[in-house]
Amino acid sequence: MLNDELILAETFCTHYSVNFSFVQTLHQMGLVELTAVNQQPYIPYDQLQKLEQLLRLHVDLDINPEGVDVVCNLLDKMKLMQSEIQLLKSRLLLYEG
Amino acid sequence: MDFVDYYKVLGVDKNATESNIKSAYRKLARKLHPDLNPNDKDAHKKFQQVNEANEVLSDPEKRKKYDKYGAEWKHGDEYEKTRQTKQQSQYGGGQGFDGGGDFSDFFSSMFGGQEGGRSQPKYRGQDYNAELRLNLTDAYNTHQQTLTVNGKNVRITIPAGVEDGQVIKLKGYGAQGMNGGPAGDLFITFVIAVHPVYRRLGSDLYTNADIDLYTAVLGGETTLETLSGKIKMKVSQETQNGTKTRLKGKGFPVYKQDGLFGDLYVTYNIKMPTNLTEVQKELFKQLAQS
Repeated sequence: MLNDELILAETFCTHYSVNFSFVQTLHQMGLVELTAVNQQPYIPYDQLQKLEQLLRLHVDLDINPEGVDVVCNLLDKMKLMQSEIQLLKSRLLLYEG
Repeated sequence: MDFVDYYKVLGVDKNATESNIKSAYRKLARKLHPDLNPNDKDAHKKFQQVNEANEVLSDPEKRKKYDKYGAEWKHGDEYEKTRQTKQQSQYGGGQGFDGGGDFSDFFSSMFGGQEGGRSQPKYRGQDYNAELRLNLTDAYNTHQQTLTVNGKNVRITIPAGVEDGQVIKLKGYGAQGMNGGPAGDLFITFVIAVHPVYRRLGSDLYTNADIDLYTAVLGGETTLETLSGKIKMKVSQETQNGTKTRLKGKGFPVYKQDGLFGDLYVTYNIKMPTNLTEVQKELFKQLAQS
């Protein structure tokens, strides 16, 4: 991975005024990926959006990392179910249309 | 814009303590937060109101002004400003309550940001969600379309084969970030209208074709109007009503796979002859007895 596809975790934490321990906890829970370059933790660019969402849930809703994990799992399930509903609706149309 | 009762929005009374307000805000935010309600416009709108209410009521300075002017707070504030300007006093509090813009424009996109002397975390702007309605024939061909998003024209290429409900992301076209944070993204959901003739399932298309009794019995050809033009189809002898036939590669384009198409399934609907002449009826009788 190229360096310009990585963001120094410290830069991210300063930017969002968040303690690195929060990012580290999310990483330990398998919610975000971190990469070490020269013993410095970096955040891959493609993880940024996910991390920002987790941060919003944590800051806006005062949810702890374990709660954030539960919410994310439920959101993933919901997304899967919504796409299944979409598919079933299309199938139903074949018979009802 | 109409006056919004912030106390009512948060479901607290006018004597609510800071802790009551915080607790009410948290409770509503947990229910209405955009991250928990993707694609729910109603929840997004309500969350904005809740955030606005919290922005004002959780800040003692702003709350004081809001309590003072009530429903007329906007005009009252303008009045106060004019009066103070006249008196050439230096009023230092409540930045932003200058009545310059529309009520809700005052509080831009939120996501938990705070104003005042406290530390100001930088937040990425809110993501926007929009729907783009296409008909099936639009989605059949790769084409370009210009959208107007927050006054900016965005020209996007819509690849052939886009699905109903599919979402694409336009990076940086969402709300501006807070305190110097990056802009959010714009998510466009495609809504593809039901076609009167074709039903789509993935990249396969389904349709019905009427054929007359004689073609069904004796075999022959029929012409079918498809999304890519007319095609001739061979009909086998003794084709039964409801027979389904597959035309390979005559379906819908596969998304982002140039030259690859799904299949077209045609169900035959045999039309019975009507207004038979006496001779024809006689011939049918002979057939029935043979």
